[in-house]
Amino acid sequence: MHELAVCQAMLEQVAGIASREQASEVTRIIVRIGPLSGIVPELLEQAFTIARAGTIAQQAELITESTGIRVRCSQCGAETEAGINRMICGKCGDYRTQLLSGDELLLASVELNRREQSVK
Amino acid sequence: MCDTCGCNVTQGNRHLIEAGGKHEHTHDGKVAVEVLENLLSENDHQAGHNRQHFDSHGVLAVNLMSSPGSGKTSLLEATIDALNQEFRIAVIEGDLETENDAERIRSKGISAVQITTGTACHLDAHMVHSALHQLNLDDLDIVFVENVGNLVCPASFDLGQHLNVTLLSVTEGDDKPAKYPVIFRAADAILISKSDLLPYLDDFKPERAEQAIRHLATEVPVLNLSAKNSDTLDDWLNWLRKEFAKQAARRAAGETATPKIQPDGERLHAQG
Repeated sequence: MHELAVCQAMLEQVAGIASREQASEVTRIIVRIGPLSGIVPELLEQAFTIARAGTIAQQAELITESTGIRVRCSQCGAETEAGINRMICGKCGDYRTQLLSGDELLLASVELNRREQSVK
Repeated sequence: MCDTCGCNVTQGNRHLIEAGGKHEHTHDGKVAVEVLENLLSENDHQAGHNRQHFDSHGVLAVNLMSSPGSGKTSLLEATIDALNQEFRIAVIEGDLETENDAERIRSKGISAVQITTGTACHLDAHMVHSALHQLNLDDLDIVFVENVGNLVCPASFDLGQHLNVTLLSVTEGDDKPAKYPVIFRAADAILISKSDLLPYLDDFKPERAEQAIRHLATEVPVLNLSAKNSDTLDDWLNWLRKEFAKQAARRAAGETATPKIQPDGERLHAQG
């Protein structure tokens, strides 16, 4: 339910990038969201259809890429897939693991059209 | 989780920045700009500013998170009773409506700022920044932020605190950490509250709750306590004392602490 707030923050960030890159419009926004970020991709996409209105990204599509949860065991050193509420080592079962990926909440890239098409 | 120190770059996403240059052209002539910043970088920027405020005044900031009704305010009342002579304490209260919690704290003779969020389900760094202007940080040692009662959203927003504490009351069920892993993973300490009710509950086992917590790959302390029984508070109070001393030592070394980053995260990222 906090996805709208996250979406508005994302659009402010995108507006800043568009301004810096002298964009006339933003056509695509790609975000990476891990299952442990606390953000539900579907809700972010819904929020985006509302929040983009009147911004430089009002015609843009939002792509949400999900990442998997991977942990590295500090005891046996194995790198294994893990579940959202089961992040123990997949090999030896120890709970002393480090998260390698799965909590990302990243603006990965922004596709845009520049005001002048002088791009190489 | 910030975009300045590079800790966003993990082994899981590193290939994104290594592949090609920063700007890549798509087949239809558009420009693709790689960003790789936290989606909440604006909030995180403000949170960093708040943290500097706390640090420059020698204040330890602790964010309390839990479901509504799991005893955050009662714990704060009991903590104030126990530590009022030792530390100068203030509280920032977050709720959708009412000044009730701030009034409970003020009746202890403690400064409390109530943030009413209206409909927002969490506090963010900007709200906390506004509240900070109503506190005289020079006169304080510890600021507690009591977040909006919600086991989901508060975990995603850095407020500028140094430490997160998540409460789990025994009436909520011992599988809550498995159901709401994000907020329990964000904790620097987990308190199992209302332990005085354990004799009446046959379905809550503290050891089962701890097992669910350990399955989240976290090694933080899990402490059983009841705000109604001061004899059960020693471990919590000692944890606070220890963390206050640790923060003072970090400050003296020109460092600070941020929540939500695994203790070994920096080392892991530094390995490249």
